[in-house]
Amino acid sequence: MRFKNLDALLDALSLHDQMSLSFHHHLRNGDAVLNLVLEAILHRGYKDLNLYPSAIFPIHHTIETAIKEGKIHNITTNYINGPVALALKEKGLKGTLKMQSHGGRARAIIEDENTIDIAFIAAPAVDEKGNASGLEGPSACGSLGYVIEDVKHAKTKVLITDYTVSKLDNPQISSSDIDYLLTVDSIGDASGIMSGTLKPTNDPLNLKIARLSQAFLQASGMIQENVSYQSGAGGTSLAITKMFIETLKNQGLTASFFTGGITAQHVQALEAGLVKDLYDVQCFDLTAIESLRKNKAHHAISASDYANPNNTKRKIKDLDIVILGASEIDYAFNVNVTTDSYHTIIGGSGGHSDTAEDAKLTVVVSPLLKARLSLIKKSVSAITTPGEHIDVLITERGIAINPKRQDLLKRFENSPLPIMTIEALQALAYQFTGIPKPTVKPKKIIGTIESRHGQKLDSLYGK
Amino acid sequence: MADIITVGTLESSDCMVSLKPSKTLEIKIDTIVHEAFYHHIKTVVEKILNEAELKNIHLSLTDKGALDYTIKARLKTAIERFKEANNG
Repeated sequence: MRFKNLDALLDALSLHDQMSLSFHHHLRNGDAVLNLVLEAILHRGYKDLNLYPSAIFPIHHTIETAIKEGKIHNITTNYINGPVALALKEKGLKGTLKMQSHGGRARAIIEDENTIDIAFIAAPAVDEKGNASGLEGPSACGSLGYVIEDVKHAKTKVLITDYTVSKLDNPQISSSDIDYLLTVDSIGDASGIMSGTLKPTNDPLNLKIARLSQAFLQASGMIQENVSYQSGAGGTSLAITKMFIETLKNQGLTASFFTGGITAQHVQALEAGLVKDLYDVQCFDLTAIESLRKNKAHHAISASDYANPNNTKRKIKDLDIVILGASEIDYAFNVNVTTDSYHTIIGGSGGHSDTAEDAKLTVVVSPLLKARLSLIKKSVSAITTPGEHIDVLITERGIAINPKRQDLLKRFENSPLPIMTIEALQALAYQFTGIPKPTVKPKKIIGTIESRHGQKLDSLYGK
Repeated sequence: MADIITVGTLESSDCMVSLKPSKTLEIKIDTIVHEAFYHHIKTVVEKILNEAELKNIHLSLTDKGALDYTIKARLKTAIERFKEANNG
């Protein structure tokens, strides 16, 4: 059924208190759909809603207001950034906050742990049959990887678009999975969707981390023919990826695949024949979208095919190297990317714990000092990724190998690289910062962090 | 009466120091690492003020996670400029 008016659509849907609503985050901080729909539903007086957005961005002020007004019961998501995090800390939820990973969310939807009543799916382009794609339209975002499980498993599926064409060639969402279509004036703001041109860092400290990382990867013996690789889109990660690709070129090697968020840099490697396939859950720039349109070896994949632990065909099962970040890391190599050192949520796993568990070599890179706080703690404020899945920490002042990787320790025994224990690296940090007074853990629990298998990893705290 | 002397920035890992004349010694420290380092920073600031023999001053430090080197450098520069402005 097709609608040109949100109110008419809402009249047709069976709405009730305590219903579960899902949204995807491919439009990132340019998303207009979540606010539009949630505001209208709240305006109708529905309460105790359960939200399943795949991620929450600063633009999602409707969630912030609804939390303050006590209208949200549970929130289950993979990442939170901005005012919603502060509202959660101040007020908490009636129910609970659950932070999952990308692979964990896909698994939980498929296995009916996340039961979704209605999925409201922002669709950059829809054709006359009702098929959808992320590759065209004013709000083009490329891959729609994170919404594919919602499309297959929610009880009711609604496409919301601002751009209609007669026929889409390779739709990412099939009309047979869709119940309703709503056309609106605009689903997003392009400037908030794409990150612009992402550039490798030119900050000397981060460049030093990148150079040490490259030297470590080289010496690890992991860079071989058919190596597979993933990194984030931050400046340091991009610098490491740039050096990684240059190494492939200089040594006449071809990588088998890159996974995760795709940028121009990954595309250039593909087009230069330095990598065979790109498996893309999310496009970070326009070059990636353009490549997804034209390059046959650039594949849009679902979150389940990316990282669901119970999907034996998940791409990261064969991942050799992953480069990840950290807000905190501890003596046991547990990593926190969910909160800062004061228990305020600043992000979430995304694919962090997924890739860390699967990759053969999991490398965490970060500056040793973060505005006078040591990156390394005795124990982290929140465990996003258990230390057993982390192999090495690389900072500008030293490299710490996880003692569970005795093979790596042995390999680097006589290395000229600054290899030291994580405790020694922390002592180095304290030489600069002084010894911090221990922080007091808040008492009020507002939620949990879940592993991709559905086990509780840690608690999240309010004020 | 001298103007307020202000040095430093509010960039991450830097701090901003403001000095102005006062009848008594007043120290105001606002830091993003309050829980972990407030008392440590206060000791550093008091030591430098003591060495400079400044007692009739209002000091305001807004800290964005600066290390001691940075805090000392910003504060010493502020004190020099403050003394110049007041003796001049």
